[in-house]
Amino acid sequence: MNATATITFKDSLLAHFEQSLPSLFGDAQLRRKAALYFEEKGIPNRKWEDYKYINPEAVLKSDFGFRTNRMREITPHDINEFKLVKDSIVIVIANGIYSAELSPMNTLPVGITISNIADAVVSNEIAKKHYAKYAKFDADPFVALNTAMCAGGVFVHVAKNVQTKTPIQIIHVSNFETPSIAQPRNLIVVEESAEAIVIESYETIGPIKTFLNTLTEVYVGPNAKFDHYRIQTEGENAFQMNTLQASVCGNSLYNTYTFTLGGIFTRNNLNILFTEKNGEAHLYGLYPITNSQVVDNHTIVDHAVPNCMSNELYKGVVNEKASATFNGKIFVRPDAQKTNAFQTNRNILLSDDATVNTKPQLEIYADDVKCSHGTSTGKVNEDAMFYLQARGIGKESARALLIRAFAEEVVDQVKIEELRDYIDKRIDSILK
Amino acid sequence: MITIKNLHASVDGKEILKGLSLEVKDGEVHAIMGPNGSGKSTLASVLAGKSEYEVTAGEVIFNGKNLLELSAEDRAREGVFLAFQYPVEIPGVSNINFLKTSINEIRAYKGLGPIEPKEFLAMVKEKQKLVELDGKLTGRSVNEGFSGGEKKRNEIFQMAMLEPSLGILDETDSGLDIDALRIVANGVNKLRDAKRSFILVTHYQRLLDYIVPDFVHVLYNGRIVKSGTKELALELEEKGYDWLKSESVEA
Repeated sequence: MNATATITFKDSLLAHFEQSLPSLFGDAQLRRKAALYFEEKGIPNRKWEDYKYINPEAVLKSDFGFRTNRMREITPHDINEFKLVKDSIVIVIANGIYSAELSPMNTLPVGITISNIADAVVSNEIAKKHYAKYAKFDADPFVALNTAMCAGGVFVHVAKNVQTKTPIQIIHVSNFETPSIAQPRNLIVVEESAEAIVIESYETIGPIKTFLNTLTEVYVGPNAKFDHYRIQTEGENAFQMNTLQASVCGNSLYNTYTFTLGGIFTRNNLNILFTEKNGEAHLYGLYPITNSQVVDNHTIVDHAVPNCMSNELYKGVVNEKASATFNGKIFVRPDAQKTNAFQTNRNILLSDDATVNTKPQLEIYADDVKCSHGTSTGKVNEDAMFYLQARGIGKESARALLIRAFAEEVVDQVKIEELRDYIDKRIDSILK
Repeated sequence: MITIKNLHASVDGKEILKGLSLEVKDGEVHAIMGPNGSGKSTLASVLAGKSEYEVTAGEVIFNGKNLLELSAEDRAREGVFLAFQYPVEIPGVSNINFLKTSINEIRAYKGLGPIEPKEFLAMVKEKQKLVELDGKLTGRSVNEGFSGGEKKRNEIFQMAMLEPSLGILDETDSGLDIDALRIVANGVNKLRDAKRSFILVTHYQRLLDYIVPDFVHVLYNGRIVKSGTKELALELEEKGYDWLKSESVEA
């Protein structure tokens, strides 16, 4: 039905690509190949197995523009509002572009490099080495689109043996004049035996429709530790396609925390690949959603090598007409003996109109492994409700207490107290 | 305290209580005994306001109020306390937070402000001793990972904290060893006074060795078929329930 509209929009995307290519950073050949792939595949729709419950094609209509210069001012005051942890390093990606003015880098600890990715892929050898190495453009049309058209983002490098407890917050903020697409691209490299904490947050200012096709590549070096938080708190007119592609080396620990606390349409593709023995990864996710929000979490944990451990816990509270999807793939390759891989997805439905689609997919090709998965979707536990009511707690408070308790299992995993408090407050306001 | 008249209640369309009448005065302890399936636990649940039970006839007057018109939470706020036969585990809600919420909602209902944290903690400390409850348990999630005995002690601890005017104990003795039974009974005895009343629902006479009732009633087939004093419980222990079944058929 909307095939015509799709082609039109795809065409205009590609036309804009041709126009802007000379001004875009990095390898033009790579960009061309990626654009070609996108042209061939098109924008995914519900006919695609991986996009069965979320339809980017229906969203990406011709009213979205690509000119990132049509933007409103973003002030230091705005940024201050978005800062989540007092003692932190703040990087601002404004409308998909690294903002040097809003990202004061005068007090960086030794061993940490932060720069505009557009500069880094040209002049920084480490950035060149890692860029586009983990997120392959032929993995998904949105990876292709980002690879072809990204105009900015940040490169974060934590040098070998450098262990920092100061969180680095990457604030993605959109404030456009007309409906627009922004495609930021980030690269985070945590070298051998280094430790880092990164918070990626996503915000919008104002009511203008925004489509963010964001991509972050992560490299976790041997024996490194990396806590990676993603806090999605965009407004009601925000559409987000979020890809995180991580490569985890031996004896390292990579923790991801994905909190979807805003936005109308959010698709998260979180892919983790173990490349050496004894890697460990934890994936936590929470999506308390309401109204007509659509949230789709696709995760892939690829145990390509032996002796790695992954543990995944995603929880959803789905109210009104909201729709949530969880699709968790775990691959255990033939060589990946002694793998431990666990996955849990639990959902509470608060309304008859709410929807949850949950699909665990375990593909195990090794025989000496420990793997498990479990999913559940249901209403608030009636026995627990009665127990609380029988102690004088009113129905609404009892329900709130139980939902809060359900969500806390994920929130409790957050190691930064300020961040935990912030998330709790957001959850409270969503559940009200 | 509470007057139950001709109470009829069903669950899933099946009538369980078939005209039950009972009067409990201030400070009295009544034991309700009876064979399995006679409706003992249904009575406890109906009084506490569990929604899956439908009251089809009769009335319950609690301290001058029509109890059946009140929500479960309002019954608790008015002073009805049900000690559950199977206390529910609630992961993620700490015992302490749960109790504070409970006390404050009951206080708000009575037009009182929230309890002072200091007063609350002192109360917790005092009441824990009553049932010899480990202080560590109160910091944990409600009933999560508690042993059977700990769960029952936690019920009595909650009762001590909420200071109800009517305590309904639903088979609190089931699954308890003799030591735990003594601790639980001791806790209940300490809460007995001239004002506070209790309804003890139990299958066995054993509990009544420790909590001596003023009256004993036998529930059979949804009605009280015999009432007496504590001696009746001993007679039941000796003869079982069968002789009453034949008696009630004749009646």
